[in-house]
Amino acid sequence: MSVFKNFTNGLLKENPTFVLVLGTCPTLAVTTAAINGIGMGAATTFVLVCSNVMIAALKNLIPDKVRIAAFIVVIATFVTIVDLVMKAYTPDLYKTLGIFIPLIVVNCIILGRAEAFAQKNNVFPALLDGLGMGIGFTLAITLMGSIREILGNGSVFDIRLVSQEARTILIFILPPGAFITFGYLIAIMNSIKRKYSI
Amino acid sequence: MSKKLESSLKNMVLCLLLISAVMAGALGFVYGVTKGPIEKANKDKEIQAVKDVLPEFNNDPTADAKEIDGLKFYNATKDGQPVGCAVKTFTDKGFSGHFELMVGFKPDGSINKIVVLEHKETPGLGSKMKEPKFAGQFNGLNIGALRDKLLKVKKDGGTVDAITAATISSRAYCDGIQKAYNLYMNNLQNAAAPADTTKGGIK
Repeated sequence: MSVFKNFTNGLLKENPTFVLVLGTCPTLAVTTAAINGIGMGAATTFVLVCSNVMIAALKNLIPDKVRIAAFIVVIATFVTIVDLVMKAYTPDLYKTLGIFIPLIVVNCIILGRAEAFAQKNNVFPALLDGLGMGIGFTLAITLMGSIREILGNGSVFDIRLVSQEARTILIFILPPGAFITFGYLIAIMNSIKRKYSI
Repeated sequence: MSKKLESSLKNMVLCLLLISAVMAGALGFVYGVTKGPIEKANKDKEIQAVKDVLPEFNNDPTADAKEIDGLKFYNATKDGQPVGCAVKTFTDKGFSGHFELMVGFKPDGSINKIVVLEHKETPGLGSKMKEPKFAGQFNGLNIGALRDKLLKVKKDGGTVDAITAATISSRAYCDGIQKAYNLYMNNLQNAAAPADTTKGGIK
């Protein structure tokens, strides 16, 4: 298996959102607009890559029984660093994404990848895995955000597709719409995967 | 590949202690580096918000900002003439609790403009209170001209068009403005004429 398999795995075959069904909390909660998906995805990718690399480097120093506690400390540290740095140097971006940043700590993808991949592999594959999973997650929630924004708000990336007064399918912006969209997307992904036997 | 450390008590305690200490050090360092820029960014945001809600002015309203009951008042003047007052107000009745607004009042007590400073309302629903469709209806509004001097959403018998599917956020928004208005009027009257009892207290 080539090293780059680690990278492409996260994009489709083991897409964290649609195949592993990890990190559904942010997937359902923040995908009310496409731009939220990109922002959340980028921040998550950064934390995922950093924590994967760190954990892969430290894996032999961490006794098995306390590994979860150690991983959480590492992850929470990176999330706090992202939070502080964004607050200080990109206040405008922070204004749009601020509420999502602390949510990254509770994202199962990060702990899941630390547990399932980083602690068993070396630094470089762990880096690629983090990148692949992060980009896969970003694509997935941006897709979901776009669908919900188009159907529920009549716009995508804040570009209006229909007039402000037009009636849109409001339920797609509301929490139930997240579950409906999520269900259909998983079904579509499964049928694609079966058809091409990926 | 070297062997994993054994899960003995000594190893576990040492490992967690070490990781926590290193991470705490790293966080402390980042906090120290970013503290200045964060404060500066916050102050810029404050000045920008005052500029956003008031007509043109040329003094520094942050220099002699007054704080009354947790609300902050920024008086703006142009060439010595008062052009309005920006009030930083808040409400705890939002869908996700606390949020902050900056309300600009003209000297006659009517609202010039409102911006949302900080909020945790639902993205796509409550967060629409920042959009002109909702926020625009307050521009030029004088609460004193309303019945009972109370700002209420239509559902509660008032005049404000609430955001679809975000009535709680809309109510909280009105609550924040009402708070600012009551204190502003009290303040104005204390400063100028003897105080007239303002009706419309905050429930």
